[in-house]
Amino acid sequence: MVQKKGATRVSEDAEEELARVPLQAILLADSFAQKFRPITLERPKVLLPLVNIPMIDYTLAWLESAGVEEVFVFCCAHSRQVTDYLTNSKWFSQPNFSIKTIESHNCVSAGDALRLIYEQHVIHGDFVLISGDTLSNMSLTQVLEEHKERRKKDSNAVMTMVIKKSKPSPLTHQSRLGTDELFMAIDPDTNQLLYYEDKADHLKGTISLDNLLLADKSSVSLHNDKQDCYIDICSPEVLSLFTDNFDYQHLRRHFVKGLLVDDIMGYKIFTHEIYSSYAARIDNFRSYDTISKDIIQRWTYPFVPDVQFIGNSSTKLERLGMYRAPGIEQSRSAQIGPFTVVGNGSTIGNNTKISNSVVGEGCNIGSKVSIEGCYIWHNVTIEDGCTLKHAIVCDGVIIKSGAVLEPGVVLSFKVVIGQQFVVPSYSKVSLLQQPTKQDSDEELEYADDSSAVVEIPSFNITSDKLSGELTSELSEPQRRAVSEVGSGGVGYMWSVGEGDYEEELRHSVAPIPADKLAEVIQAAIDDMEMSAQDGNLLPPSGELQADSNSIYSEDNIDDIRDDYIYFEKEVEATFLRAVHENIKEDHVILEVNSLRLSYNKTSVDCAGALFYSMMKLAIETPHSSAGDLINNATNVIGTWKKLLKYYLPSLDEEIEVILKFEEMCLESAREFSSIFVQVLHLLYDEEILQEDAILNWASEKEGAEEADKVFLKQSKGFIQWLIEAPEED
Amino acid sequence: MPGVEELVNDFFAKLENCKVEGSHATARSTAELLRSVISQQRVPSNIQAEALIEAVKVVGEKLTAANPVELAVGNVVRRVLHIIREEDLLLVTSDLGGLNLSVGSDDKDAAEMDNNHVAAAAASRNLLHRPSLHTLLGNMHNSACQNSFDADKNLRSRKLKHNIIEAVNELIEEIDTCREQIAEQAVEHIHQNEVILTLGRSRTVLEFLTAAKQKKRSFRVFVAEGAPRYQGHVLAKELVQRGVQSTLVTDSAVFAMISQVNMVIVGAHAVMANGGVIAPVGLRMVALAARNYAVPFVVVAGIHKLCPLYPHNPEILLNDMRSPSELAEFGEFSNGMDYGIGSGAPLIHVINPAFDYVPPELVSLFITDIGGHGPSYMYRLIADYYSTDDLV
Repeated sequence: MVQKKGATRVSEDAEEELARVPLQAILLADSFAQKFRPITLERPKVLLPLVNIPMIDYTLAWLESAGVEEVFVFCCAHSRQVTDYLTNSKWFSQPNFSIKTIESHNCVSAGDALRLIYEQHVIHGDFVLISGDTLSNMSLTQVLEEHKERRKKDSNAVMTMVIKKSKPSPLTHQSRLGTDELFMAIDPDTNQLLYYEDKADHLKGTISLDNLLLADKSSVSLHNDKQDCYIDICSPEVLSLFTDNFDYQHLRRHFVKGLLVDDIMGYKIFTHEIYSSYAARIDNFRSYDTISKDIIQRWTYPFVPDVQFIGNSSTKLERLGMYRAPGIEQSRSAQIGPFTVVGNGSTIGNNTKISNSVVGEGCNIGSKVSIEGCYIWHNVTIEDGCTLKHAIVCDGVIIKSGAVLEPGVVLSFKVVIGQQFVVPSYSKVSLLQQPTKQDSDEELEYADDSSAVVEIPSFNITSDKLSGELTSELSEPQRRAVSEVGSGGVGYMWSVGEGDYEEELRHSVAPIPADKLAEVIQAAIDDMEMSAQDGNLLPPSGELQADSNSIYSEDNIDDIRDDYIYFEKEVEATFLRAVHENIKEDHVILEVNSLRLSYNKTSVDCAGALFYSMMKLAIETPHSSAGDLINNATNVIGTWKKLLKYYLPSLDEEIEVILKFEEMCLESAREFSSIFVQVLHLLYDEEILQEDAILNWASEKEGAEEADKVFLKQSKGFIQWLIEAPEED
Repeated sequence: MPGVEELVNDFFAKLENCKVEGSHATARSTAELLRSVISQQRVPSNIQAEALIEAVKVVGEKLTAANPVELAVGNVVRRVLHIIREEDLLLVTSDLGGLNLSVGSDDKDAAEMDNNHVAAAAASRNLLHRPSLHTLLGNMHNSACQNSFDADKNLRSRKLKHNIIEAVNELIEEIDTCREQIAEQAVEHIHQNEVILTLGRSRTVLEFLTAAKQKKRSFRVFVAEGAPRYQGHVLAKELVQRGVQSTLVTDSAVFAMISQVNMVIVGAHAVMANGGVIAPVGLRMVALAARNYAVPFVVVAGIHKLCPLYPHNPEILLNDMRSPSELAEFGEFSNGMDYGIGSGAPLIHVINPAFDYVPPELVSLFITDIGGHGPSYMYRLIADYYSTDDLV
């Protein structure tokens, strides 16, 4: 006992050690999505300017101010551009703030990225997981404290997710951030996340909750008014979970839902709601627009243009939310309206009107130009008489005189729009051709992204050529491009598939047209009426419900029994193979996990089955006496202790092991019945069973029938010793 | 030097991120930082003062740019520059005195010739810029012990640096003790059974009121809560802890309450050269209410808050527009901020300025650590504490 107490003290010390580890963060500088195409074909999303400052700088500035000391920036697409940018930025010279970049070219998802980081063994304690397109000004102190507190009580609380209230209208999600409606079920007492569904529109107005949720908890609150901020406080286990479950790709769709759906490992996710601070993620052009406006309205204070948080030039805030950098040449007759940001060194001509827009550095805007709700990046030339509405215009674009950009247009880098040309709404123009294969399948989306990396070199050649000799000689495809965007223009018009048009509307920078809005509202009302009329008749859909039904309904009890026997056999076979072929424990765990998933078992079952196989192995090894048998058991358990321990995260599993053993002694392996106590003692010495588990077992058995008490009586002496031993210490 | 640079960068970053709260803390850390800049600066002995001024200016400009709203940084930088100039002048004039004694002797060597030039230059400067009252008074004290001053240059340069650091230490001490100095005057201003009104929370005001309480004055305090940060709630609690009878009122009730009030005492963010005050938002309204009922409006502020600048465009230049989330929860306003609907232009604009500008004609009295002054006297204090060269 003394020894044991000592061991726990050591582990406590180790825990304290962990607490002193500097706060780390993983920043994913790749969104593994394609919402910002065609722009992201040429530049990574995190380097796109948001109110004239690259997005990643907002994220890093926040991490730095929130007290994070070490940031690992994971770059995948265009990793060179990201690392080059960071190397030249001020972040590398910051005291108490270190940045390391991790590059990879074959990752196609956030899951891959985390698996790669896990292999590098750089994360030692709790860390902040964030992507480089997330903006916040929240303080981390409280959420970290909560997370640590929970971890002390329950080692299965692996993640804390930051959420924020938003307006619970079916419209708001779409019209503000352009994301789908999000449903969450949260335990109001513990803030545990019980259910997460962001693809609710597929469910046609119904969501189905696991009825177990309602059975276990005294109360559950279901929210549709929360916004996921995509800021997670994670324990190191999260990384290993990604490694164990190699099919996890998407952070929310696979990881969060995965953890919530299978309660086998018992990992829990908690939420932390922020009220007055700001946090949001730029997922698409709509949220780009919204968040830009939030920045201009100063919700992200102190990360606003006139506070120099990354050493940017000193922009001044003037009346009505106008930000003006020094060195602007502005004609007296130009009207710059409210909520406009004008960057350093831009010139604005006569009678030009600009409102609700961001103009980058070094832009040249002619006279009689009208700009409304646009995002104009750096070094853009807009000639006289152009009209721009709700458009994104990337670096180096030239818009020739009289051209018109209708709402929702995106012009990628260095595109030239010809004279008097009207670019139709929601069109995207790029110097690169649209990839021919368009697949809406999610899995392929990831694969597609890696192909973008390959495309970069081809772009460099074309763009150099284009900028060098625009007019003199144009190759065949380029000449075709010319005709697409007017005379003297350069660029390919990207076509929008018929089905994607709706999505285009939702995700574009332009406001949703009034008739479209009315449609959405009408649809929402219809849905509500539908579900009100025949709410009960609607067939329950979704995996959750199906699962829960199959396990626990009465009819299926026999099936389950059979299932268990098969499962046990499979586990035994796996185990024996491991013994004979010397397979590593990690691999056995993987295999058993996959069995567990395919048979839909809990870790209690795994523990029982594994223990059964071990004892069987011990008994099948030749032996002459009971003493030999004990030796066999000692050997087997000694070698495979770690494996068994993996499946014994809590007392319940340990008690199950004892019960299983009891059952074996009575039925299949009567030889053990004589040495029950010795084996029990052995398990205790090997720290497989805790004292509490044995005592719990004993008290549980106390009330059983006489026949069942055989082993309890046998082990009476041992239990007595257990009870008294701590007092001797 | 790397040590200093690191310190400067560190403080710069803190200022940028608005991590140093309050002008008192800012002033103190700025002074400490400049002290280490001066002490670690290696300078050629002949142009020592100039080199030091240059070094402090470079650091000062950087720090002032980091957070233009925090005026205390600029104030302290200018104070330190002034200290360097004054100490240099003092040494040179005392040198001059030493030289005059040795003028009779024939063995003038080249070094002394050199010195003579410097002295002559200093003397001419002396004529151009009259040293401030303080220096003149200090000079009388010091001249006695400095008559025996050795003209050895090395010693002189060490002496200069030493004197400057001494003076900066005094400045730090002054910043540290300014609240007590101000609080000491409390009994002169607060009379028996008076009613005082204040808004928001200022440490100086708290200590001022506490000091009066400790000296057995009995009075009541009305605390306006100071939306949107509601620091008034904190102040009311603190006052109650110290046994001061307090009444908490909303900011909008100030006008209704002011007729019962004998005096308004408030803190300030900065005091400008014309006697105007940059103060927490809401105070201009209080000042106008006080004027309407002829209630004295008293501002308590340490000398480090005295800023030699004029508020040409206070709404824009010297204000800190804070996050709207202090006023309203984000979710509540999401209706007005749905940019996806309508023209895409935001219909709502939430403005949350941190400061108000109170013009000098609304201020009755300033109580600083060196006594009480009217707003029209501020220019004289500025001439005493700052050099005209640094007012740019």
